[in-house]
Amino acid sequence: MYPAGYYFAVAHWFLPPFNTEPWQLGFQDAATPIMQGIIDLHHDIFFFLILILVFVLWMLVRALWHFNENTNPIPQRIVHGTTIEIIWTIFPSIILMFIAIPSFALLYSMDEVVVDPAVTIKAIGHQWYWTYEYSDYNSSDEQSLTFDSYMIPEDDLELGQLRLLEVDNRVVVPAKTHLRMIITSADVLHSWAVPSLGVKCDAVPGRLNQTSILIQREGVYYGQCSEICGTNHAFMPIVVEAVNLKAYGNWVSNQLCQQSN
Amino acid sequence: MADVELKTAPADFRFPTTNQTRHCFTRYVEFHKRVNAKGEESDDCMKFAKYYRSLCPGEWVEKWNEQRENGTFPGPL
Repeated sequence: MYPAGYYFAVAHWFLPPFNTEPWQLGFQDAATPIMQGIIDLHHDIFFFLILILVFVLWMLVRALWHFNENTNPIPQRIVHGTTIEIIWTIFPSIILMFIAIPSFALLYSMDEVVVDPAVTIKAIGHQWYWTYEYSDYNSSDEQSLTFDSYMIPEDDLELGQLRLLEVDNRVVVPAKTHLRMIITSADVLHSWAVPSLGVKCDAVPGRLNQTSILIQREGVYYGQCSEICGTNHAFMPIVVEAVNLKAYGNWVSNQLCQQSN
Repeated sequence: MADVELKTAPADFRFPTTNQTRHCFTRYVEFHKRVNAKGEESDDCMKFAKYYRSLCPGEWVEKWNEQRENGTFPGPL
């Protein structure tokens, strides 16, 4: 028997990314605690949604079924009913409370600053590409690890690459590390969104929006610009590649060497 | 290849919200105030320089540097 890694490496070549399927209905797999929280909240709310849906459908079908001159010729003429009115006010409020509790828990936990971030990455939206700046390693105002990230046009795609999603330079980040993303724009409104990381943050010119990410596993995560920004709004995707700490260190060193040459 | 140290500007409780524009500006102003007061850039001050470089986009820093040179920088230096 070969080690498990061998099978993974072989399967990797012809399996689709395990995050997505054709005609997918639900969320992509979560790669951050926030996204997992969003999915859990969605499940909580969906439960009540189904209850309400079944109840309302039952009322509707029942009303339609019994509205028949032959079987029910005499209509009811009810105009008041204090007890039932109280019930159908209190009951929905209780349901809303059950929905609000996990919702606020998630909302406030997203804002909590528990650990200082270890890496700050700036994403600057342009028409129609992203620029990424990793300035933690600067020793002066000039040098910086900066690069542009353009979509790979369909004609230049290689076999197995994803149409409208691949980019020439990915955002390489360390996994299992607290990241601070600073999002802004150099021209019009854009939005930096990566669904599997549970992140969507508007890029506003003249404003720095901060969002925190903790990617729990290595992998490649895709997203698309999420604020209409002109003719190529659909063609400025985002690709985040989470790697282990050592690989990240090597990548940063390489980039700094290259940019200084 | 030297090991890259993972350190960045810490979370500042003066700026707890999503909008960090003022945070970046304040760090920039703080550094240059120190430099103006102390007269030259010491190692102590460099820590503050790293903070604003981490937070502020390069274009903003360039623009502000130009404004300082021209004497038109709008901040309290």
